[in-house]
Amino acid sequence: MEQTVEYAHATGVLSGIWLLVAIPLVSAAILLLLGKRADAWGHWLGVLSVAASFVLGLIFFISLAGLEEGERTAQQSLWDFITVGNLHVDFGLLFDPLSGVFVLLITGVGSLIHIYAVGYMEHDPGRRKFFGYFNLFVAAMLLLVLGNNYVMLYFGWEGVGLASYLLISFWYTRPSAATAGKKAFLMNRVGDAGLAIGIFMLFAYLGTTQYDAVFSSVGGLSSTVVLVLGILLLLGAAGKSGQFPLQAWLPDAMEGPTPVSALIHAATMVTAGVYLIARSNPIFSANHTLQVIVVSVGALTLLMGCIIGAAKDDIKRVLAWSTVSQIGYMFVGVGLGGGAYALAIIHLLAHGFFKANMFLGAGSVMHGMHDQVDIRRFGGLRKYMKWTWLTFATGWLAIIGIPPLSGYFSKEPIIAAAFERGDWTSWLFGMAALLGAGLTAFYMTRLFVLTFHGPERYTEDNKHPHESPYIMTVPLMILALGSIVAGGLMVLTDVPHWLEPVLGPEVEHEAVLSHTLITVLSLVVTVLGAGLAWAMFRNGTALEPQPAGVVVTAARRNLYTDAFNEAVFERPGIYLTRALVYLDSKGIDGLVNGIAAGVGGSSGRLRRLQTGFVRSYALSMLTGAVLVVGAFLAIQLGWLA
Amino acid sequence: MNDFPFLSILTLLPLVGAVVVAFIPRARAELAKLVALGWSLVVLVLSVVMWIAFQTGGDRFQFRESYAWIPSWDARFTFAADGIALVMLMLIAVLFPIVILASWRDVEQSKRSVPTYFALLLAFEFTMIGVFAAADIFLFYVFFEIMLIPMYFIIGSFGGPRRQYAAVKFFLYSLVGGLFMLAAVIGLWVVGGHTFDFAKLTESAAAIDQDTARWLFLGFFVAFAIKAPFFPFHTWLPDAGGAAPAGAAALLVGVMDKVGTFGILRYCLPLFPEASRWFAPAALVLAVIGIIYAALLAVGQNDLKRLVSYTSIAHFGFIGIGIFAFTTQGGTGSVLYMVNHGLATGLLFIVVGMFVARRGSNLVSDFGGAGKMVPVLAGVLFFAGLASLALPGTAPFISEFLVLIGTFTVHKTYAVIATAGIILAAAYVLWMIQRTTQGTLNPVLPTVPAMRRDITLREKIVVAPLILLIVLFGFYPKPLTDVINPAVQATMQDVGVQDPAPVVANERVAR
Repeated sequence: MEQTVEYAHATGVLSGIWLLVAIPLVSAAILLLLGKRADAWGHWLGVLSVAASFVLGLIFFISLAGLEEGERTAQQSLWDFITVGNLHVDFGLLFDPLSGVFVLLITGVGSLIHIYAVGYMEHDPGRRKFFGYFNLFVAAMLLLVLGNNYVMLYFGWEGVGLASYLLISFWYTRPSAATAGKKAFLMNRVGDAGLAIGIFMLFAYLGTTQYDAVFSSVGGLSSTVVLVLGILLLLGAAGKSGQFPLQAWLPDAMEGPTPVSALIHAATMVTAGVYLIARSNPIFSANHTLQVIVVSVGALTLLMGCIIGAAKDDIKRVLAWSTVSQIGYMFVGVGLGGGAYALAIIHLLAHGFFKANMFLGAGSVMHGMHDQVDIRRFGGLRKYMKWTWLTFATGWLAIIGIPPLSGYFSKEPIIAAAFERGDWTSWLFGMAALLGAGLTAFYMTRLFVLTFHGPERYTEDNKHPHESPYIMTVPLMILALGSIVAGGLMVLTDVPHWLEPVLGPEVEHEAVLSHTLITVLSLVVTVLGAGLAWAMFRNGTALEPQPAGVVVTAARRNLYTDAFNEAVFERPGIYLTRALVYLDSKGIDGLVNGIAAGVGGSSGRLRRLQTGFVRSYALSMLTGAVLVVGAFLAIQLGWLA
Repeated sequence: MNDFPFLSILTLLPLVGAVVVAFIPRARAELAKLVALGWSLVVLVLSVVMWIAFQTGGDRFQFRESYAWIPSWDARFTFAADGIALVMLMLIAVLFPIVILASWRDVEQSKRSVPTYFALLLAFEFTMIGVFAAADIFLFYVFFEIMLIPMYFIIGSFGGPRRQYAAVKFFLYSLVGGLFMLAAVIGLWVVGGHTFDFAKLTESAAAIDQDTARWLFLGFFVAFAIKAPFFPFHTWLPDAGGAAPAGAAALLVGVMDKVGTFGILRYCLPLFPEASRWFAPAALVLAVIGIIYAALLAVGQNDLKRLVSYTSIAHFGFIGIGIFAFTTQGGTGSVLYMVNHGLATGLLFIVVGMFVARRGSNLVSDFGGAGKMVPVLAGVLFFAGLASLALPGTAPFISEFLVLIGTFTVHKTYAVIATAGIILAAAYVLWMIQRTTQGTLNPVLPTVPAMRRDITLREKIVVAPLILLIVLFGFYPKPLTDVINPAVQATMQDVGVQDPAPVVANERVAR
């Protein structure tokens, strides 16, 4: 599959694409460096900078659309980043149909969440710092999707990791928040190491890390090399996107303020792995085994996320596991390849709206409930927070895929595509995706019903729930509108066609089931799952955890993945470092001291001896040096000449 | 401009300064500090002028000066700088004024002579500049030995607890290494045509027979490996770094240890190319072990200064694999690593020193939640930590990336194991940050009056230039790589190796 990829230089309006990154970056620097002096207005600067990037992004997007089809690329080399030997890395950007839609998602949803955060963080003394970190995140995320080579992507990749760390542990005096931030960074670094080695491979095998050159020459690689390279990139993607086996950090990341969960850990950063695979589609499409691995990771993770999400009682953790699960769908999409790349991106965009909507809705619930997060302690909130209830309902219906809301247009095609692989794996992956749809309907309905319907089960200090101010509910309304129409709109405007120059054309496969049947089936399992949850939870639930069977217990404990990590990596790691510290002081160093002592007699005598020896040696060296330098000077000054 | 005797003047200037400061009476402590700071700034200005005068892409060795010394041995006062030496000299010139300003109040607490301390710092700068500027192997050896003296007194007289033990251990380790080198220097003189001149030796060394060359390589290598230090010669560094005053520790690991890696690049590789290739597998293994081993030890440390010392040993492992990978990217990455590590670890040591000075303790467990009390200082510590774990946007990322990518093209396994080191780096940095600045506030901290004072103006002036340089070279490393690259390529040519070509020929890459 030889193909040549060439990018046009950014001209005209598009030569300003660097501003997208620069504006939020400068704003972040101002907010973090000015300190308290910016406390009064800092949050508005934060909002304004992201909004400015959004307006610019819109302008660039429109001018990109104005170009001839097939020429919709704008590449900009800002400066020569690294030039050593035959390694050339541009500090360069690329604005094309794929990065274009990401820019709109990041800055668009980002602006709304920034506005919401002005209200949400109003009483927090660290609000300015929060907006500084938030802007830093937006800048890094934009760099990630706008880079024109893998090193730029890595640059942004680590940048968003840093911002994510800072924001998860934003309330750093809480030990749980500090630990969650560290855990997120470390698990991400495992993935990052994979991505880094992948980049080294690109250089070793292709001599470049620039997208155009890599994609043009990937056809010359042996299939083993492609497989290894792809697995390394997948490792990076799994780390950032909370996919198996690196999923455990994402639910803990909910320790951060809720706007962070909405923007970083739902709508944008965690989808970076999907972006990486979609961007690298010439690599992933070049090896069938590799694609099967990606789909398997996605299918496994989507089921894990559903099962665990159904057993959790913390509103944000249910949503977090839901995110893990939905990104699993996206991984299934990018793993299937062909036309499904575009489907994954559409689901990613739709998910960005409805998941941000629900996270901010959860934040609004917490805002009115003294930061209560336990859904067993909610109930009947629709009476007290009408807007939050209505907007959350759109998110709920969208994610479970009720037509004509977003999720129906974005998730169902992925399920259908999973059935279209044309071999026995169609059944495996198709059924997993279908089962996931039913489970999603179950756990999301459980969450919705327990929160907004049924009897009130509030704790003593929570007798008067209240709706949030407009600065928080208006962004919710806009996101709700997006949750309703985004999916249909993307189908109407033919987004797959827009993305085709980047992601390649649709490839026809034989389906094992007819598309209509799949549509009907997924609607049936959805209604079944939702109906079951409604029946089980409309009258509320017990206030304390109940004894449960094997499956539910396992799900409550994250399917023992945390226990596994602790037993296999964490505890042996601690023992190893302790043993090494002992060994280093008693072993290697002890050996050296022992030899010295053995040579010189008892160590006490040795120390006196050594000290005296050093002193006299030092003194004689010093004298010698002074004499030498003195003689040198004397010669120079001509005294001895 | 190129006829100006930059290197000899740069070398002698701090020595004169040291003598001047040493003669300032003990009572005039403030004057001694100001003179020392001013003197080091003059050295910095002269170095900047030299940097501008250096012709990138010109001769490999520039600013050559040579004066008679011991004619019968053909040992001369010869100075010359290639791109590698130039960036190291620049690093020295930048770090010394910063460290002098950072050490402003360090001596008061020890009730010892202030002028002596600052005189020792300037004397140390003299030996450091000399050792990097020397182009005569005997002169290099002399500087290599006498540089121990000021540092010995700095640690032994002005250090923390266990300073005597640490100073003696530091001295003896280096001394043993120095003896190996002395033997090798004499051996080289005997078989290399009875000269110590580096330029002449590179010509004549080719004629040395294989076995002799390997023994001579080993003599130099052991000295440099102890100095750097590489695993398993490293155990003196945590003691010395832990006991030295923070500023001096920054110089110890930031500059002095680089003499080891610099020595390997300057002397071992060009003089003994065959032996270098023969010993490379062993050196690579030691370096890779060092990366993982020292990082694990850093994770387990409860003493901040020892922790930073162990991180440095891990970093020297990266420099080691970059050198012995024998690729342009690896070699350039290593030299860049030496510079960036000097900036980043220098900053880390200095900031740790600010914490230690406030709390009166090196122990991580004596902190906890300190971010609540000194938020800005905690932010600087975090930044230094990020630079230390080589986050993109900070200068060390570029060097670590170059080292790893250059190593990967020839030694995939080593590069992959070393890459695991970046995970451990995140672990030791973030765990240290969490235990010192995050979490619940240690109830003792509010009772320590000094902990209530966040970063002072003097401290801001100390850290600002380092932070600026780390960010600047993190985004735009070209000024450094352009100077280093030709020197490294020349060295690789000396070794007789070429970069491997990419597996898939790609004409678009070779623009």
